[in-house]
Amino acid sequence: MRHLLSIADLERSDLESLLQLTDRFVEVSKRPIRNVPALRGKTVVSLFFEDSTRTRLSFETAAKRLGADVMTFSVGTSSVKKGESLRDTVETISAFGIDAIVVRHASSGVPHRIRQWTNAAILNGGDGWHQHPTQALLDSYTIRSHFGSLDGLRIAIVGDVKHSRVARSDVQAFTKLGAEVVLVAPPTLLPPSLDGWPVTVSHDLDAVIGTIDVCYLLRMQRERMVEALVPSLREYAHRFGLSPGRADRLGDRAIIMHPGPMNRGVEISPEAADRPNAVVTEQVANGVAVRQAALFKLLGSESQFEAIEKAGS
Amino acid sequence: MTIEYVIKGGRVIDASGETFADVLVRDGEIVGIGPDLNGSRTIDATGCVVAPGLVDLHTHLREPGKEEAETIESGSNAAALGGYTAVLAMPNTTPAIDCASVVRDVQAIARGVACDVEVAGAITVGRAGEQLAPMGEMSDLGVKIFTDDGTGVQDIRLMRRALEYARGLGVTLAQHCEVSELSAGTCMHEGEVSSRLGMPGQPAEAEELMVMRDIALARMTGARMHFLHLSTAGSVAMVASAKAAGLPVTCEAAPHHFTLTDECVSSFDPVFKVHPPLRTAGDVDAVRAGLLSGSIDAIATDHAPHPAYEKEKPFDEAPPGMLGLEYALALALTELGMDIAEVLARLSWKPAEIAGIADRHGAVAVGRVANLCVIDPNHEWTIDASGGASRSTNVPYVGRTVRGKVRHTIHRGVPTVLDYELQS
Repeated sequence: MRHLLSIADLERSDLESLLQLTDRFVEVSKRPIRNVPALRGKTVVSLFFEDSTRTRLSFETAAKRLGADVMTFSVGTSSVKKGESLRDTVETISAFGIDAIVVRHASSGVPHRIRQWTNAAILNGGDGWHQHPTQALLDSYTIRSHFGSLDGLRIAIVGDVKHSRVARSDVQAFTKLGAEVVLVAPPTLLPPSLDGWPVTVSHDLDAVIGTIDVCYLLRMQRERMVEALVPSLREYAHRFGLSPGRADRLGDRAIIMHPGPMNRGVEISPEAADRPNAVVTEQVANGVAVRQAALFKLLGSESQFEAIEKAGS
Repeated sequence: MTIEYVIKGGRVIDASGETFADVLVRDGEIVGIGPDLNGSRTIDATGCVVAPGLVDLHTHLREPGKEEAETIESGSNAAALGGYTAVLAMPNTTPAIDCASVVRDVQAIARGVACDVEVAGAITVGRAGEQLAPMGEMSDLGVKIFTDDGTGVQDIRLMRRALEYARGLGVTLAQHCEVSELSAGTCMHEGEVSSRLGMPGQPAEAEELMVMRDIALARMTGARMHFLHLSTAGSVAMVASAKAAGLPVTCEAAPHHFTLTDECVSSFDPVFKVHPPLRTAGDVDAVRAGLLSGSIDAIATDHAPHPAYEKEKPFDEAPPGMLGLEYALALALTELGMDIAEVLARLSWKPAEIAGIADRHGAVAVGRVANLCVIDPNHEWTIDASGGASRSTNVPYVGRTVRGKVRHTIHRGVPTVLDYELQS
């Protein structure tokens, strides 16, 4: 693996090997000293063209725990504000001598495009509505840690699938790992075509809620009303929000997930968000270990692997 | 001093038919077509087709305003290499070609370049879609086609009045069909691929609704209407039935719309970004069928140069458009499975008629101005990334092997291309 751009590029075996690697980092994270210097001497740059403090901090924490040097390229106060092109930015950063770039951009495809302007490994930290592969990995890991495996699980992804890179990545990861996915949304919030998507579709959350193992709620953005995609957030919450009543009808073992940040009262009621089977903070915690695994997979080597094992003994 | 030469050994093809003959040119005029003609100089056409020079109804020369991408001179050179002797320069320049003074500027710059540069004027002031541009004063300078290309005229009342006014001038209005309510903020075709890539797409209906509207307005006003770069099966069908009903409408299709699909966008390379967007395989088939049947009158390049740094932007931010002048003929010959005479009809005499320049272009006949191209139909070549004579390199066909190449181009009797080389 040279880059981590899209779940579409990965086989089931790649996903499983990343999840197994994540197990080791989760185990290390429980030790008094959480750091393993497996990437000492490596330099990782976080290049976030779109604000995302959570994802950026998660990646930077992961890189630091592996002993890598971390550079934060903050777009808001940099040459990009002065009109520097994407290519010039990437070539300039690369000239410092770096090993990986974690990139987040509001435009789909930017991580794919910048590959040609650098020798560094590219980790996609989210591009447009397209992909967010480490989110899919941490979601898969979280589900796996509750159910042992994703095989045979039924997972509902509820809400604004159309504009969601999380949904696009999750659908691919969950189904590759053996789960069945049902998308639940009004037609206006689904992609215009689902040809080739290994999913079923429902427009009725009530019809689905009692049949699923995982209820994955997507963030609903306020501007969707202006685009005439839903009449109001109130109506959206009424029809597609996880109310306490709907949460009651989830199966005993079912879990509630959300990529954050949550709109309490819109896609999820405050009460449902605070239930014990809502695993949102677990997702965040697993995010660091998953990103350690991804960085190690791209930049690490076998001998350093052994160093991790030794540190554990 | 008399300049005389004979184009020897070729197969002469135009709308009147075809014949093996030599073509004698003297002082810019065709003076003889027949066997075994002799001139003081010989241009070899053995194994080649001698055709009227090609006419492009849709060229973005970028001058004035964006000379880093193309100039009238560089674009004309690309045109000559592609076999063209006339191009219609689109008015979406900076400033827009929306009044007599800008028309005069462009005509002055175009004097002496490698092909005739016909000027299209804007329908509305600044192409802003709000107020009619002074079409009369531009028409007085020879402008015969008006368009706000790059965008369609959205306001229905304004379009109606524009058509009525144009009818009085005897000029043609050409529409870039795209309803902005369905296309704003989009960067590709809406469908399976856009859904997968997470890109905002515009549906085929964004184009088709305006085609439908303008057919109704053409019927209502009786004005001549030309539909630019049709890209969907629905558009092709609607224009075909409007023509069958006897309406004075014509249409064109661009090479990329009969060769490329939206699947190309999977690379995220903005070289594949264009308006209207690359569509589905079904649409490509419909465009090909329309060209074959003649319901699409012309192949027009929509040659749209952009500097490399613009095409290095993220897909949704990059400007739309791709080069076409040097590739259109070869792509048509290679991809369409049409007889070469039919291909030449779509590239030469049909567009010459639509542009209103059939008196000077689109025929090989004694007494006519020598606007000719000599094509080697068997010449195989691979399209490279150089962009040819264009100042830009946004070529979406790199690596594609095609058959058929322009060997010589004669513009007003002067060879602009000889043995595949541009003549300075």
